Amino acid sequence: MSKYNQVIYSNVNESDSWTLDKYIKQGGYSVWKNILADQTNKSTDWVIEEVKKSGLRGRGGAGFPTGLKWSFMPNNDDQKYIVCNSDESEPGTCHDRDILKYNPHALVEGMAIAGYAIGATVGYNYVRGEFMLECYPRIEAAVKEAYDAGLLGIDILNSGIDFDLHNFLGAGAYICGEETGLLESLEGKQGKPRFKPPFPANFGLFGKPTTVNNTQTLASIPKILENGPKWYADFGTEKSPGTLIFSISGHVNKPGNYELPLGISFQEVIDVAGGILDGKKLKAVIPGGSSTKVLPADIIENCTMDYESLQDVDSALGTGAMVVISEGTCMVNLLKRISRFYYAESCGQCTPCREGTGWLYRILDRITNGEGKEGDLALLEDVAGRIEGNTICAFGDASAWPVQSFLNHYHHEFEYMIKNNGKTMAA
Amino acid sequence: MSKVLTSQTIKEIDHWLGKFPKGKQRSAIIGSLHAAQHQNHGFLTSELMDAVAEYLDVPRIQVYEVASFYSMFQTKKVGKHEIAICTNISCMLRGSDEILGYVEERLGISVGESTPDGSIFLKKEEECLAACTGAPMMMVDHAYIEDLDIKKVDEVIDNLMSKS
Repeated sequence: MSKYNQVIYSNVNESDSWTLDKYIKQGGYSVWKNILADQTNKSTDWVIEEVKKSGLRGRGGAGFPTGLKWSFMPNNDDQKYIVCNSDESEPGTCHDRDILKYNPHALVEGMAIAGYAIGATVGYNYVRGEFMLECYPRIEAAVKEAYDAGLLGIDILNSGIDFDLHNFLGAGAYICGEETGLLESLEGKQGKPRFKPPFPANFGLFGKPTTVNNTQTLASIPKILENGPKWYADFGTEKSPGTLIFSISGHVNKPGNYELPLGISFQEVIDVAGGILDGKKLKAVIPGGSSTKVLPADIIENCTMDYESLQDVDSALGTGAMVVISEGTCMVNLLKRISRFYYAESCGQCTPCREGTGWLYRILDRITNGEGKEGDLALLEDVAGRIEGNTICAFGDASAWPVQSFLNHYHHEFEYMIKNNGKTMAA
Repeated sequence: MSKVLTSQTIKEIDHWLGKFPKGKQRSAIIGSLHAAQHQNHGFLTSELMDAVAEYLDVPRIQVYEVASFYSMFQTKKVGKHEIAICTNISCMLRGSDEILGYVEERLGISVGESTPDGSIFLKKEEECLAACTGAPMMMVDHAYIEDLDIKKVDEVIDNLMSKS
């Protein structure tokens, strides 16, 4: 079995792992201090090149190369911002929660380094509102400890570098995980995504150049720079370098967050999670959060867990949130629950999404209530197709893909339920 | 000084204001509403929202539109203690519907309602609460309680009832 928890989670099982003392004892803040002491050799270009070489891709779900994203920031005197997306809310995903709880200083150091690389003197960490009692006090305490130790603030350790870091608390809205929705929310508005372009690198927070990165992405930075890009890249494959934290939930014996090398076989991941619950047979997996397309057992069993392998079977690695589904589960009811979520969380800005998600949910609701009509499945596909690609942000696509993929792989279950007045085919 | 907002709430609002550049006080609306709602034991009133707008010096509509957009803000009177049972996919696969049904039956209310004595609010939760590996789970006054079974749920409710 592959080793797990080697980078971001390497300290999570130690006592008081979230304290500054413990973090420094494990080599924490050494990279940040080296940068502060030697900006000639550890220039902003050096940081960006090292991150590019490591192959780190955004762990929020889209997988965009991090170093490349940083290089898009304009090189001018404007106020710039680094923003961390800790609005973890993709269904099935809960690994950033453990970073905030157990390794908050890695995020603080990662944000400081990222801020330096892109020329941002201020950072905001947007934490989802529901984390107010559990995660928020930890990350807030970590920031305070870092200030008290002189690692944040003005002219840090006489380096001439300024970096202020603030935590922010949301208030319950999935759409704020979309980066421009998040920026709107940080500005105190409804979290309605912005039309792009302009992208945040040109017009971000308060209209200033801004980079938004995910928690896991930023928390990976200190270890990557400490041990070198090759060290990190070698955990994974050539095209999917490094590690990823998988949140494995649903029908497994040992659900949990496991940081694993990218490119690991699906079976190995299931073994790490203790196998399928109660010795049942695997039916399907939603591999990267509810917005990624469902894959039946016979397809996912031949996959490796990396960006390319899952793309090749018309799904995606997403956030690495694997929702495992065993035999006996009704796929119609499961899809209805997913569609209820998108219906509830649509921000309402774009008509195809606002109206379409309601259509999807209501059709599925009537099918499960035994009132499904002939033609309902074609109607579902039609509505999903009219949302996909026709909205300002990716939420619309995310609401359509589950419908399309469930119908594609489990059409017979939907047909059966319509013909049998709402009776499920699953035992 | 506001007559509606307590000094503790004002202190918290000032804390949020301190995080943003001058003139960007709109960014403090969400934090201010959290504080005001907390002061009022779980829900916002027009009076509270207006007081927040006045203190931050922003138009009232900017406060109302935030309060109505985010699911953690309640703009109608609800029970003092909040229970939110996650029923998104990971929790559903691990029996959250049975947990929710049991809580509805025990409290004698449907999801989205409060108990008649005003002690408990059973929030309608449609988002995933990001504790999927501890499914089924619920949030009680913002504290996460995971790996639920009926016995654990009973203990939590007993405890809440003895507090109110």
